Amino acid sequence: MKFIDEFRDPHLARVLVETLRQHTRQHLRLMEFCGGHTHAILRFGIRALLPPDLEMLSGPGCPVCVTSPAGLDHAIALAHIPGMIVATFGDMVRVPGSRESLQNSRAGGADIRVVYSPLDAVALAEKNSSRPVVFLGVGFETTAPGVAASILQARQHGIKNYFVLPLHKLTPPATKAILDGGEVKLSGILGPGHVTTIIGTDAWTFLSEQYGVPIAVAGFEPLDILRGISMLVDQVNDGHARVENAYSRSVLPQGNRTALAIMNEVFETCDAEWRGLGVLPGSGLRIREKYAALDASKTFPVSLTPSHEPPGCRCGEVLRGILSPVDCSLFRHTCNPENPVGPCMVSAEGACMAYYQFGEKRLED
Amino acid sequence: MCLAVPVMIRNIEGTQAMVELGGVKRMISLVLTPEAGVGNYVLVHAGYAIGIVDEEEAKETLHLLEEMTNLVDQNEM
Amino acid sequence: MIELAHGGGGRLTHELISHLFKHYFSNVYLDLLCDAAVLPRPKGRLAFTTDSYVIQPIFFAGGDIGKLAVCGTINDLSMVGAKPLYLTAGYILEEGLPYADLERIVCSMAETAKEAGVEIVAGDTKVVERGSADKIFINTTGMGWIPSDRNLSPGEIRPGDKIIVSGSMGDHGMAVLCQREGLEFNTSLVSDCAPLNSLVEAILSRHSGVRVMRDPTRGGLATVLVELAQARGLGFEIEETSVPVHEGVRASCELLGLDVFYVANEGKFIAIVSPADAEAVLRTLQDHPLGREARMIGQVVENHPKKVVLRTVLGVRRVMEMLTAEQLPRIC
Repeated sequence: MKFIDEFRDPHLARVLVETLRQHTRQHLRLMEFCGGHTHAILRFGIRALLPPDLEMLSGPGCPVCVTSPAGLDHAIALAHIPGMIVATFGDMVRVPGSRESLQNSRAGGADIRVVYSPLDAVALAEKNSSRPVVFLGVGFETTAPGVAASILQARQHGIKNYFVLPLHKLTPPATKAILDGGEVKLSGILGPGHVTTIIGTDAWTFLSEQYGVPIAVAGFEPLDILRGISMLVDQVNDGHARVENAYSRSVLPQGNRTALAIMNEVFETCDAEWRGLGVLPGSGLRIREKYAALDASKTFPVSLTPSHEPPGCRCGEVLRGILSPVDCSLFRHTCNPENPVGPCMVSAEGACMAYYQFGEKRLED
Repeated sequence: MCLAVPVMIRNIEGTQAMVELGGVKRMISLVLTPEAGVGNYVLVHAGYAIGIVDEEEAKETLHLLEEMTNLVDQNEM
Repeated sequence: MIELAHGGGGRLTHELISHLFKHYFSNVYLDLLCDAAVLPRPKGRLAFTTDSYVIQPIFFAGGDIGKLAVCGTINDLSMVGAKPLYLTAGYILEEGLPYADLERIVCSMAETAKEAGVEIVAGDTKVVERGSADKIFINTTGMGWIPSDRNLSPGEIRPGDKIIVSGSMGDHGMAVLCQREGLEFNTSLVSDCAPLNSLVEAILSRHSGVRVMRDPTRGGLATVLVELAQARGLGFEIEETSVPVHEGVRASCELLGLDVFYVANEGKFIAIVSPADAEAVLRTLQDHPLGREARMIGQVVENHPKKVVLRTVLGVRRVMEMLTAEQLPRIC
């Protein structure tokens, strides 16, 4: 498979690792922002290849994980409205809200459909014209433009029963919050390759300019990840923090202007609550007044009882990079994919799920 | 984050494209990458092409890595 | 169209049995249409198993729920080294199911059973109100007999044994998932649903070094390997690049963010074989139409007991766990 297999070449990977080992001269703490990076690093066994002085922390880059309990409860409340069809990405279905998950609500008669694209949800709306279809708009800047496009398409085609519950979040504010929080001293950040395909590397210049933190934007194949880490190590050795692009086949400085324009046509920024990070100003997206008719949060008022984190859940600390999944006392015995306490163990992008699935211990070769 | 996979555009009908990966075909939307054409590789996420894969850049990246291989091999000799 | 009366025990039920089930399944035991099938006692130990099938969609590329119901139960018998003899078929039908669909499924079951040399000797039909069942549910039980010289079990596994897979992984699960979710992947994704008894017979009749076999259905290859490793208390080492996967399956897994090691198979099995017999078993498999793509994928070791370790495409080792909850296709 082109552009996939070549970037999994074991020989080139070994070379990159060798170079990394030679260049790592001090203890470094790098945050892989993306759940996708955590997943790939563990799945391919990259973690075992890295020199022991290179510590990788997982960050808040899991859109399902960072959806607040209130957001989740809102989605579940919508699911309980008689006649409602809730269309969602698969990951959301098993995440526990304050009282139940979407999956539990199915048992109570809710109609939940897993879709692969907001366009599938639009098609559902067309097919079931007498019933409202709400698509759960979860995801970062990679996903938001597509959801925006689906809203435009529904309007264009006169589809009156398609709605979106806007739960999208923006990644630069979360990165700021992690650094501002000062809980963890980062030597560098492995940046999200697909988010940056949309927002462009220019969106990350604040990291070097305001925080002096190196960032290398990387794709998700092993060679991409190793190259990104390599760039960070070299930046630290240089002492010169900047924004580097290790995913130049997909990422441009200006990003994808068409996608950004579509996103901005439908959405505007707002404050948003992140699980683990609290309310971050300007970190979320809400639907503009112009498209209020397709906004599920406006069209279907729901009364929500107070939301809360699952008791004992430490997902927030995992998402801030200050707790490794394996150090959480609930990990594995109490909290596991069959009986998840929090979202990090449910979402395929969740750090806890990745550590559970691919083995939390480094194997001695 | 977010899963996006490079696929090749086989044909285009309006704003939709039939794309292919390893013999598997799928219809996706090109509204976010209207400049993409038949034969281009695009990154697909949630039913949309979110960016065009620059084949030259990909070659360049691999070439760079291969050069590193030569350097490391030389150092070992 | 199937009506409630078809399950009522009256005229319509009798017509259904004679025109459909007896017509397609006909054999000396079934044709007597007694309350129970009276069977000759098989020689050797009996193997006995049951499974229910609720798959959606009921028709898919490479098979249907009926074929699956026959193969699945035959394969469970084969996995313990039994020669499958008899099946029963119990149906729960949803009112409104098109008669033609039922006929197609029954015909498919008859063909598959015939191909496998197995007889369907008893059955039952119930019809429930529209909405109380999803078109059709099928339960099959199977009986077989085990030759006295066969003793397949995880307890037989020894360090140094080789791990062999009978063919490509992930075909069934991906074919069905793509179709069910309306993904419209126009491809050659086809379920591998097949009765394995003749393939299993080919190796068990010729080679004594087969320790144990398992078919990786729900939960996929990884789950079955972990179960075996845990049951025996030894470690397994698996080479990722040795596991055969068809290109289309690999591609659809990439597109959906799924791991092929956890995708269901319905016409494949894993065999753990003594080092002395491994090459010969492999050749015997590859000589058979259902085993052409058989491969050696790993071995049994004393290290890391109860753990399955995968050497990834990068040549690095990591632990492989069993599937704990249904794989939901990744998007974000």
